[in-house]
Amino acid sequence: MIRFQSVFKSFPNGALALKDVSFHVSKGEFVFLTGHSGAGKSTIMKLMFGEQRPSQGDVRVSGLALTDLSPREIPRLRRKLGVVFQDFRLLDDRTASENVAFALEVTGARRDTIPARVMRVLTQVGLAAKARAYPRELSGGEQQRVAIARALVNDPPILLADEPTGNLDERATRGVFQLLREINAGGTVVVMATHDLDLVRQAPYRTIELRDGAVVYDSADEAPEEEAL
Amino acid sequence: MRLLFREALLSFRRAPLLSGLSVTTIAFSLFTVGLFLLVALNLRQALKGLEERVEIVAFIMRGTPPETITLASQDIAAFPEVKDVEYVTEEQALGRARKDLVEFRDAYRDLSVNPLPASFEIRLKDGYRNATAAAQVAKRLEGFSFVEDIRYGRDWVERLDKLRNLAGVVGFVIGLAFAAVAVVIIGVTIRLTILQRTREISIMRLVGATNRFIRGPFLLEGALKGLMGGLLSLVLCYAGFRLFRDSNLGTLGGLVFFGLDQMGLLVLFGVALGLIGSLVSVGRHLRDV
Repeated sequence: MIRFQSVFKSFPNGALALKDVSFHVSKGEFVFLTGHSGAGKSTIMKLMFGEQRPSQGDVRVSGLALTDLSPREIPRLRRKLGVVFQDFRLLDDRTASENVAFALEVTGARRDTIPARVMRVLTQVGLAAKARAYPRELSGGEQQRVAIARALVNDPPILLADEPTGNLDERATRGVFQLLREINAGGTVVVMATHDLDLVRQAPYRTIELRDGAVVYDSADEAPEEEAL
Repeated sequence: MRLLFREALLSFRRAPLLSGLSVTTIAFSLFTVGLFLLVALNLRQALKGLEERVEIVAFIMRGTPPETITLASQDIAAFPEVKDVEYVTEEQALGRARKDLVEFRDAYRDLSVNPLPASFEIRLKDGYRNATAAAQVAKRLEGFSFVEDIRYGRDWVERLDKLRNLAGVVGFVIGLAFAAVAVVIIGVTIRLTILQRTREISIMRLVGATNRFIRGPFLLEGALKGLMGGLLSLVLCYAGFRLFRDSNLGTLGGLVFFGLDQMGLLVLFGVALGLIGSLVSVGRHLRDV
């Protein structure tokens, strides 16, 4: 589903953000990207949803080669991905359900199917009762659930979550993480960047650790038989 | 389509002050254009009235036989420049003089001999009401032996030509300048809206909106602002027109306002300006967002 092959990314000032990064994420996997701030987690995320391009190397997501993807094809990539951020990125002047519906409207979904699909994902994230609430009326955890619902409403095969619990208290963190696990259990690939090591230890998922732009640890390498599956 | 309108209208609701401001600026720039067009329109109307009076009068020698006159009249009517020829007999000339020159009515009544000559009054076709054509026709008329004198107010016709050309050029230049100002103003207001909505645009991008989709509401917004500005400018123009007409200056009379088609054009022009302004601004700024 996702393949990084000898990827380098340099900042405009010449410093390297990523050095020779290679990994492969298969169908159905849940992967943690860990490392300190500035280790390159966010850069990898941005490369995956096409906000940045690799300086060198090959990035493939859902069968699209991102290294030479034309800007016109980026919307096509984005529709195959759900992306969730630390700061939620909801539109403040729209209700929860409008925020979710927006993602469908933008992609030209049939109007009469939209309300049902929105309610379905809001139910999935446990927010059906607050569909008409505005973001400012919701807690941080609830806002992140709305953002996850928005990311899921197009049924993407891959969900990218960049520090999704970074702004949340412990309880909300557990809830959101549990939700991401459920989503993964439903067959969606989840890549989650986080520096919350407690969270990483809790779950038996693959972990890729970055330091100064390079992969220093990949739990998949220790269990090659798992990779072969 | 419904979505497009909803998104475009949303920006009016969200930033009523900015939207109102840009509609007003558009309205005022179009108002200036409109006022100038009104002046040009009325000037042209006045010139047209004058144009229609461009007339060549050929006075005919006393005693010319009627058959010659009939034949000559047919000849002249066949000139390519000539719209129509009217033969004015001596009696008709006297009758007109009595009617037009009230002060001399008594003097004319007592005349035993009519002092006024008969004449051909020749009106020219639309495209020939200028100094060159009039001079050509006059020259050919001189060829008739019974023509005593020809009058067509050469200086006056030439001046009319110059005035008409000048009005055309000045109108075009000023209109263009104001149109450019309007485009810039609309561009700036759309740019402000885009900056204000940077976050929203980046979120639209994130969930997979195409650039075309993002651009749509902005273009519609520009067009709507142009439409409203255009309508408002018409109201302003009409108010200005009424004010002028009812003041002392307006007593000249014969002032005209835009016709329905011209009003439509002005509004359409506003829409076009709004669209161009937003097109330029959106094209450049979406890339940076």
